[in-house]
Amino acid sequence: MIIQRKNFLRLDWIIISIYILLVGFGIGNILSSSISGEEVSILDLNTLYGKQFLFSVISIMIAFITIYIDVKFYEKFSSIFYFLSIIILLSLFFFGKRVNGALSWFPIGSFNLQPSEFVKITVALAVSKYISDYQTDLKSKIDQGKLFLIVLIPIIIIILQNDTGSSIVFLSLFLVLYREGISQNYINSIFGIIILSILTLKFSVITSLIISVFTTALYYLLKRKSRNKILKFFAVSLLCLMTSLGTLFTFNNILKNHQKNYIKVWLNLEKDPLKIKKMEKTILYNLNESKKAISSGGLTGKGYLKGTRTMGNFVPAQHSDYIFSTIGEEWGFIGSVFIILLYTSLILRILYLSEIQKNKFSRVYGYSAAAILFIHFFINIGMVLGLTPTIGIPLPFISYGGSSLIAFTILLSIFIRLDGNKINEW
Amino acid sequence: MRRNFFFIIVSVSSILFIFRLFYLQVYASKPYSIYEDNAIRKVFTYPKRGYIFDRNNKLLVSNQPSYDIMIIPGLVKKIDTNEFCNLLKITKKEFNKKIQKTSNYSLKIPSVFLAHLSKSDFGILAEKIRKYKGFYIQKRNLRKYNTKVGANVLGYVAEVSRSNIEKDSYYSTGDIIGKQGVELSYEKYLRGNKGIKFIQKDRFNRDIGSYNNGNNDVNSLAGSDLTITIDSELQEYGELLMSNKKGAIVAIEPESGEILSLVSGISYDPNLLVGRDKSKNYSNLIKDSIFSPLIDKGLLSTFPAGSPFKIIVGLIALEEKIINKNSIISCNGSYIYGKNKKSMKCHCGGGNHNIYSAISNSCNSFFAEVYRKTINKNGNISENYDKWSKTVKSFGLGKFLNNDFPIGKKGMIPDSDFYDKWYPDFKWGALTTLSNSIGQGEILVTPIQLANMMSAVANKGYYYTPHIIKEIAGDSIDYRFRNKNIINISEQNFENIEIGLSRVFKSGTGKLLNIPGIEICGKSGTAENFTKIKGKKTQLTDHSIFVAYAPKKIQK
Repeated sequence: MIIQRKNFLRLDWIIISIYILLVGFGIGNILSSSISGEEVSILDLNTLYGKQFLFSVISIMIAFITIYIDVKFYEKFSSIFYFLSIIILLSLFFFGKRVNGALSWFPIGSFNLQPSEFVKITVALAVSKYISDYQTDLKSKIDQGKLFLIVLIPIIIIILQNDTGSSIVFLSLFLVLYREGISQNYINSIFGIIILSILTLKFSVITSLIISVFTTALYYLLKRKSRNKILKFFAVSLLCLMTSLGTLFTFNNILKNHQKNYIKVWLNLEKDPLKIKKMEKTILYNLNESKKAISSGGLTGKGYLKGTRTMGNFVPAQHSDYIFSTIGEEWGFIGSVFIILLYTSLILRILYLSEIQKNKFSRVYGYSAAAILFIHFFINIGMVLGLTPTIGIPLPFISYGGSSLIAFTILLSIFIRLDGNKINEW
Repeated sequence: MRRNFFFIIVSVSSILFIFRLFYLQVYASKPYSIYEDNAIRKVFTYPKRGYIFDRNNKLLVSNQPSYDIMIIPGLVKKIDTNEFCNLLKITKKEFNKKIQKTSNYSLKIPSVFLAHLSKSDFGILAEKIRKYKGFYIQKRNLRKYNTKVGANVLGYVAEVSRSNIEKDSYYSTGDIIGKQGVELSYEKYLRGNKGIKFIQKDRFNRDIGSYNNGNNDVNSLAGSDLTITIDSELQEYGELLMSNKKGAIVAIEPESGEILSLVSGISYDPNLLVGRDKSKNYSNLIKDSIFSPLIDKGLLSTFPAGSPFKIIVGLIALEEKIINKNSIISCNGSYIYGKNKKSMKCHCGGGNHNIYSAISNSCNSFFAEVYRKTINKNGNISENYDKWSKTVKSFGLGKFLNNDFPIGKKGMIPDSDFYDKWYPDFKWGALTTLSNSIGQGEILVTPIQLANMMSAVANKGYYYTPHIIKEIAGDSIDYRFRNKNIINISEQNFENIEIGLSRVFKSGTGKLLNIPGIEICGKSGTAENFTKIKGKKTQLTDHSIFVAYAPKKIQK
């Protein structure tokens, strides 16, 4: 018990402070974005902010439990957690409830639980466990394959459940794998595919081919020590061409209409003014309204509870995915930058602490947690600011939603727990 | 590199976001505008809509207040429905239906829950409405008609349509706009200018008070009162005559172009389009396809001009010196023409006619012959015809009169191009178009055009564009109504025609209508296929025509 108490004192209070700030800020903004004329009562469970307040109390209780549990528990049981979570995810096919087209919710009483939020934790644990295992050799193709499988299985299940947004989150774990030593080629390929896809869609297959051939040629010309330069050059160029064609095929034949539209909006592909007008009433509407709300905030914002667009409920989902627009309007440039800096410091702090972990499991887990938080932060705020495509994932700790708040809390508190133990011998 | 890669990505993203925010919030952020700020409620204050008086200063149209119960379904809380229903005098079933209907429309946008409260109901409700969250009372200004006649002239008002708003930024949803008649033509004068009050709202959408002590408010400007040229007594008499008949009476004062009455049969009580049953009444009116009371026949129905058109044919022949007042053409009961010996029947009774008796007896043969001679003069048919057509048009026929009604029809006076297209492979001539001589064939006119033609005849060579406006408080009426439209026919010829016209009542087709003591000049007519019944001021059946001017007035 004495040791436990000491551990508590060794918790990283910077992370905890940022966490409390973000959650508090979140409840405040959910309140601002959801009330319409009634008296404020934080304990009223009929209101969104009341519910979020309840979720935050539950989250903090769970955080205490998470931190209290012995550190070895997470490493030992990570594979069990993983398989359990996959089974739960699969059981959605039988007992799940469809909300907005995505089959990703369990109805529990008056609340809905979204297991995919929790799967993020178990996958992070599983990846950490697998990488930190003595027998795993990241240079071996077989082990790499297994690792990819760990990440890909939940992705595939979640895509089948029509929740593409959530599945993209798992791709962030490649950042972890890169840090842990998988070949540079993987990262190059991922970035290559993203860039080629954008080039193909925005311009044409030919443009993307010319650019890729030119770049590859330049690369191999500058690179001295390499055999079969010409062969490799043709192979890479062929791959690039296939990627372009594959992108085109996927875009035209596999993606659903609304997904296509999101991409069209993002890359500004639609030229037909009639269709643009139609989009302005549907998917572009959110984006335009959120940009307008943010823009109207100006330098200092309109003041808390004084956002006129927030008050008028102009931005749909302004309490969940688009909550950053509320922040932008009411807190202005200064407040928004403050929130961005809070996230940045949180992620960088986790990364920094991960680097100094002696234990490999802790380090990889820290990286995974940072990666998951980062991709949420990046996609969500990028979407609200109109920089990334519209992908509906929450802003950690701030967006309304019990499952996501509790899941992110657990994700973070496990790291706090692991980090608190860094001096102890394992 | 691997160690720092993630750090770099996070930092770069963060900086990217901050730049983007700077662009959106600081660089591209627009300066504050009170009109665009949703935190400021913009309330329009509506001025009094202008009154409408008749030429004898009798008040025809004024305003009356009306109160609607409005609802914002999203704000409605649990209320004592029983009490509320009793206050509104509706059943609970109706109440639920209305709630359902308005909620389906929108939870946030106010809709009308119950329109047009009576004054006594309003008195009671005004105090209690605060108890019912989500409901409030809205005052509206309705038109009040102090007359039962002239609905087609006065027009009506209604809420602006979407296209009104798109065309004129002055209007916003819920505004009232003139939809027909004078209400539409003189909308800009009648409406005045609405004012704006800026009211500061708080977070809870409550009004805190006026913004900036009302310094930014814009005052409204009352609409101007109008005096129209209609004589409401004459109009009433006309509508009485036209009751249950389809047709039109147009009376124009020749020396001013003022329309004394414009009766469209059948008419309707303008009060039908005000108040609670407005839409029901409107659809009843629009469904009446036999009398179509919403269509102003005086302005919109076109028909062959018939015999009154002979006046013009005669005038032109005199002016072109085809005939003089003594020229005699004999008629043997029909006019035979062309190679195939076609014939045009004549009802004048035969005999020799000069211009006077030809008009008074409406001799078809006479006018057919002078028309043929007019068109065939010197052999240049196309040119002659165009000259003829142009002169006819100078009477205001075959074109929009450019009067102050929002509606109208051109009618039809063909020119040579028209016939060239009509008979592409065939040389047309006077005989081809012979029906024109008696106002049939391709000639189409509206009642108001015909009345205007007669006013030009009465004036002996000019007319004022017929108009409905007499006075605008604080403004003068349009220049075009004070300007003579000159017709190039000498006064002498008009006088000759006038002798013929006055004989119509003494010895001609209209002698039954002669009123001792008033010298009437006029011309009756029936276009082919139409039953011929004559009557002063009256059309006893559809499509018979009668035009006249007594010392002053002209009727059709």
